[in-house]
Amino acid sequence: MDPLDIARWQFGITTVYHFLLVPLTLGLGPIIVLFQTLYLRTGNERYLRMTKFWGKLFLVNFILGVATGIVQEFQFGMAWSEYSRFVGDVFGAPLAMEGLLAFFVESTFLGLWIFGWSRLPKRIHLATLYAAVIGSWLSAYFIIVANSWMQHPVGVELVHGRPQMVDIWAVMTNNTALAAFSHTLVGSLSVAGAFLLGISWYHLWRRRHDGIDTIGEDKRVVVGSAPDIRGRDAADHGVWIRSLRIGAVVAIVGFGLVAVTGDLQGKLMFQQQPMKMAAAEAACQTGTSFSVLSIGDVGSRDCKNVVGLIEIPGVLSFLANGDFNTTVTGVKDLLPQYEAKYGTTVPDNAALYGAAAGTKVQYVPIMAVTYWAFRLMILFGGLAAFASIVALWLTRRGTVPRSKWIMRLALLGILSPFAASATGWVFTELGRQPFVVAPNPTPGGIDGVFMFTAAAVSPGTTSGELLFSLISLGVVYLALLVVEVALLVKYVRGGVVSAMPELGDHDDHDDHDDASRDVLAFAY
Amino acid sequence: MDILPNIWFIAISVLWIGYLLLEGFDLGVGMHMLITAKDEPSKRVMLNTIGPVWDGNEVWLLTAGAGIFAAFPFWYASLFSTLYLPLVLVLLGLIFRAASIEYRGKRDSDRWRRAWDWAIGLGSFVAAFGIGAMLALTTTGLPLDAAGNPVGGPFVWLTGPAVLGGLAVVGFCLIHAATFLALKTDGPVRERAGRIVVRWSPIALLPIVGWVLLVQFETGGAVSWLLVVAAVVAVVLGWFASRRRREGRAFIGFAVFLALGAASIFAAVYPVVLPSTISPAYDLTVSNASSSPYTLGVMTVVAGCALPLILAYQAWSYWVFRKRISAQSLPAVHDFEPAIKR
Ligand code: HDD
Ligand code: HEM
Ligand code: HEM
Repeated sequence: MDPLDIARWQFGITTVYHFLLVPLTLGLGPIIVLFQTLYLRTGNERYLRMTKFWGKLFLVNFILGVATGIVQEFQFGMAWSEYSRFVGDVFGAPLAMEGLLAFFVESTFLGLWIFGWSRLPKRIHLATLYAAVIGSWLSAYFIIVANSWMQHPVGVELVHGRPQMVDIWAVMTNNTALAAFSHTLVGSLSVAGAFLLGISWYHLWRRRHDGIDTIGEDKRVVVGSAPDIRGRDAADHGVWIRSLRIGAVVAIVGFGLVAVTGDLQGKLMFQQQPMKMAAAEAACQTGTSFSVLSIGDVGSRDCKNVVGLIEIPGVLSFLANGDFNTTVTGVKDLLPQYEAKYGTTVPDNAALYGAAAGTKVQYVPIMAVTYWAFRLMILFGGLAAFASIVALWLTRRGTVPRSKWIMRLALLGILSPFAASATGWVFTELGRQPFVVAPNPTPGGIDGVFMFTAAAVSPGTTSGELLFSLISLGVVYLALLVVEVALLVKYVRGGVVSAMPELGDHDDHDDHDDASRDVLAFAY
Repeated sequence: MDILPNIWFIAISVLWIGYLLLEGFDLGVGMHMLITAKDEPSKRVMLNTIGPVWDGNEVWLLTAGAGIFAAFPFWYASLFSTLYLPLVLVLLGLIFRAASIEYRGKRDSDRWRRAWDWAIGLGSFVAAFGIGAMLALTTTGLPLDAAGNPVGGPFVWLTGPAVLGGLAVVGFCLIHAATFLALKTDGPVRERAGRIVVRWSPIALLPIVGWVLLVQFETGGAVSWLLVVAAVVAVVLGWFASRRRREGRAFIGFAVFLALGAASIFAAVYPVVLPSTISPAYDLTVSNASSSPYTLGVMTVVAGCALPLILAYQAWSYWVFRKRISAQSLPAVHDFEPAIKR
């Protein structure tokens, strides 16, 4: 097997995996900040419970984001050394800034938050959480600046065939990066919103199932309590209904903003990566129509049999440029332009390009993937938003319906925005192929700075080494995913007591002499 | 001569030394969980000494790596791709460690805890060994061709210096962690850790001394020899302090030993960052491996502003958690009764 293919699979798998964990961290962080802030301001114990419970799940998930992030950081040098040499002058900077300005803040203050419950004054304790969450958002910003530079290189000059940074400000304010950053963050909010919604639904359903909450004469919920189940008191109901509503609203708002920022990204993509745009639409012919459904051989890259089945005139033009009559250049017309600009064959340099040297360049990305990934991203996000609206309506009585199937759907719905997030990345990254650094064709852009993916892989690294790492990382990732999900399930079933064991303690425990012994409130 | 690449050589050295000093005791505590801790209370005490700080310490590694990428991309590319296999093992080790710290206490079961003990113990060992091998090789050399790519297959890194460096960092981490545990805990762990330092440090620190001398005899100069002498003084003082059970001084003594010892290595190899064993003409140096002056300038401003802040808030977090930990200061392990039963 070609080392290039293994390296690509490895990068795709590890990154998508990392980015399944990250959006939950990014989205849940601000929500927990909100809960703890409300607790501090109102003193209402319900918000303390919400902070602790969701905080627990946050931490179980957070750790795998950290563990897999280290792989991401090292992979550039290990598997993509030629890439690292080529872009090091500009690409390393945001990565190093991410460490210096974001990861240090995030990890140090999160440690203070976790262990600081009884050690720090309340306000300072809350401030450490603010710092940690801001750190995590900053880290997302810096990494997306790095990624966006590969989508749309700016702020550099070509010196001896290598890009040299001449304007850090241009790199940090790359419009591609600002759009992608906001899009990713609001997408993460919808991930967290659906997570809150699904889990809270489950608990409310369980309370009804166990006969704790009932529906009264006036069709409103009658909140009960179950003295024999720890933590199942009346306040417990408030925890879940409040979390559910906040989650639903966050998911709806998140999706609304995702659509706005995604539209922005589409317009930039039209100017910056026209081939990706065309491939996303399976737009073979130049025109203005948006394909709702195309059939035929969308997967072929030569556009021979693609037939637009349902097309809406003008919409593609609107996506690309905000009006209804801009013609969007299709694949058939773009291809000769690309070939004229960037060559028809990969340079015949075996040391750099390996097996790909001298072969024809395939400028059309795998259309089946870009076409469907783009649609699935929107579909999954839209589903989650739609489900959230329905959820708000179904819970207008203050609790959830008794139906087991709706409960199952709500739990399943947690996965939907995760899927949107993953397909979004697959679309963005595969749509960029065959380039690892896409050329910048916009007016005033530096068109000479680009790199084929085939040239990026480490020349000295063998298929055997790459297979070893792909398989071992894959197996470990899979095992850890099982562990993480099992733990999440365990804590979800535990309910709030899982995060606050002291809840519902009467006097059957030895905890009351803890104060005199100065016991840590939290410990591993 | 350009000043910026030299500043960045120093900055990278500082990041690596910071990493070894901070994650050094985390990794060592991980290994002690397997070899020194006898019972569950001791293990929990040990784990909680590093609980609030380990992730912040690990970021020193990320930043050292990313700092090399930003400031010396050619060094980063050659070193990381040549050490592909050992770095995969380091990554796996770090993954297991991180998961273990967070997940070990999340189920009240002996089998569960024992499995995670192995994960953290072996993970820490492999990570420490691999990082040590990498640092040793970047000071002693790899078979790189003119383009900076390795010649000789996936195992060219498996050499004497690599093993020596691996043992050096493992040995140092074990002793460093023992001085740390003696300082940070109370009760049986404190006693045992103190004894380990006095009894085992003369042996465990031999490999690191070997590595220092190897580099000194190859390329050392007056400055680096001076640093070696100072390091030796520090370690001897540290050892005596440890024997008199002055735990704070002992910790500082061994820490200064590492900082100066590592500094002596970096000073000796300067200006070569990664020698080629094929031809000195292919050596990667401070000047031929570095980024452009503009990039280095930007990074200098960022690091100049960020590093003092980082040091300040990390120091504050150590201050917040300054109390010694003992079995009495940990909450009881009680698995909760789930609200939802099958
Ligand atoms: C919950 C996640 C989520 C949801 C619901 C959406 N997206 Fe998205 N999308 C992402 C998550 C995402 C992402 C994972 O965050 C990506 C991948 C790379 C990036 O920058 O954001 C992305 C990329 C991405 C791109 C590619 C940009 C490029 O390659 O340059 C476009 C054009 C859109 N999105 C547009 C949309 C539109 C119009 C949406 C709905 C109306 C939408 N996205 C919903
Ligand atoms: C978390 C966000 C990201 C996700 C989910 C993601 C996903 C992917 C995917 C799906 C591929 C395609 C793999 C294949 O071709 O088989 C890929 C390729 C790649 N991406 Fe990304 N990526 C992300 C961010 C980044 C960033 C931040 C960088 C660089 C800084 C990057 C650099 C690359 C490289 C070098 C490749 C390999 C070339 C290739 O095969 O396309 N990616 N990524
Ligand atoms: C391929 C590119 C990527 C690299 C090199 C990378 C690197 C890392 C590293 C090293 C960590 C661990 C930090 C720690 O120890 O605390 C991490 C975690 C994190 N990353 Fe990534 N990352 C990548 C993609 C992304 C993307 C695209 C985002 C956001 C949109 C992101 C956001 C985060 C966040 C928020 C964390 C901390 C929270 C968590 O661990 O879940 N990363 N990343």
